[in-house]
Amino acid sequence: MTRRLLLLLPLAGFLVLAVFLYRGLSIDPAERDSALMAEPFPAFTLTTLADPERSLDESLLKGRVTLVNVWGEWCPTCKQEMPQLLELADRGVRLVGVDYKDTREKGREFLSEFGNPFEVNLFDPEGSLGFDLGVYGAPETFLVDAEGVIRYHHTGYITPQDVERVILPEVATWQD
Amino acid sequence: MAGLIRALLMLALLAPALAQAAIEVRDFDDPVMRERFESLTATLRCPKCQNQAIGDSDSPIAGDMRERVHEQLQAGRSDKEILDFMVRRFGDYVLYNPRLEGRTLLLWGLPAALVLGGGLLVALLVRARRRASAGRLSDEERARLDALLEREDDR
Repeated sequence: MTRRLLLLLPLAGFLVLAVFLYRGLSIDPAERDSALMAEPFPAFTLTTLADPERSLDESLLKGRVTLVNVWGEWCPTCKQEMPQLLELADRGVRLVGVDYKDTREKGREFLSEFGNPFEVNLFDPEGSLGFDLGVYGAPETFLVDAEGVIRYHHTGYITPQDVERVILPEVATWQD
Repeated sequence: MAGLIRALLMLALLAPALAQAAIEVRDFDDPVMRERFESLTATLRCPKCQNQAIGDSDSPIAGDMRERVHEQLQAGRSDKEILDFMVRRFGDYVLYNPRLEGRTLLLWGLPAALVLGGGLLVALLVRARRRASAGRLSDEERARLDALLEREDDR
């Protein structure tokens, strides 16, 4: 009897493999959790997009749940994302922008054309804050809690459905 | 027609040169430093391009990462420190050589376990079969076999 069962071993092995491979089909390799999950937002000192004389640091993100959105004028999906960000701002979510690898003129143009949902925009022409955040494309969005800790990471653009289904619930979770 | 083919051929020959032009050339005073730079940029995986080392990729983020590797080498950081720096930002994904730690035990251990298990299985099967075939001889057969073997010895 046990010998019979032994014959099923290859089949069992195959089934395990098949489950793993099948799962692999539906995993998007571009969607990975940020390495900074549950880590404090990286330290930075950057000027604002609006005012080259005004510089801000990570204490900006303390005290309130904030959605940090990394964007750039050169990024087409960032344009598609703007209506959703404007809606989030309307719903009372605090947004801080990071203008990533951009020029000041282009960044300002972008905001005047597509609207400005951001309380303030950090100007990151070298992409140094982006690098410390592990950003490898734009747009990327980070939810930072009131203690300045990263709680949620969204790669790629926030779709209209994501606003209700993902972003607002995440904000509500960390607001308490 | 021949002109077109020649033009296409030229283009094909130029392509590698063009592709390489996207990755900047760096000067190193120290050949050891160059070697370390090359090995680090070959083992770090570009987070944007899924299966390319940062040393082979011309995506902007790979360029930034090469820049940081270069900076940190110049600043005297060790290879491990540089890899840690990248993993802190981009996660384990950027390591082509996953580290041996609690979470990766299965990853490293499974192939070895499978080989050992397979070897054990084969050994058991062979032994079982050998025993089975040896046991199948009747006394009469055994006597005949002994006789045959003896005759062989006499020759």
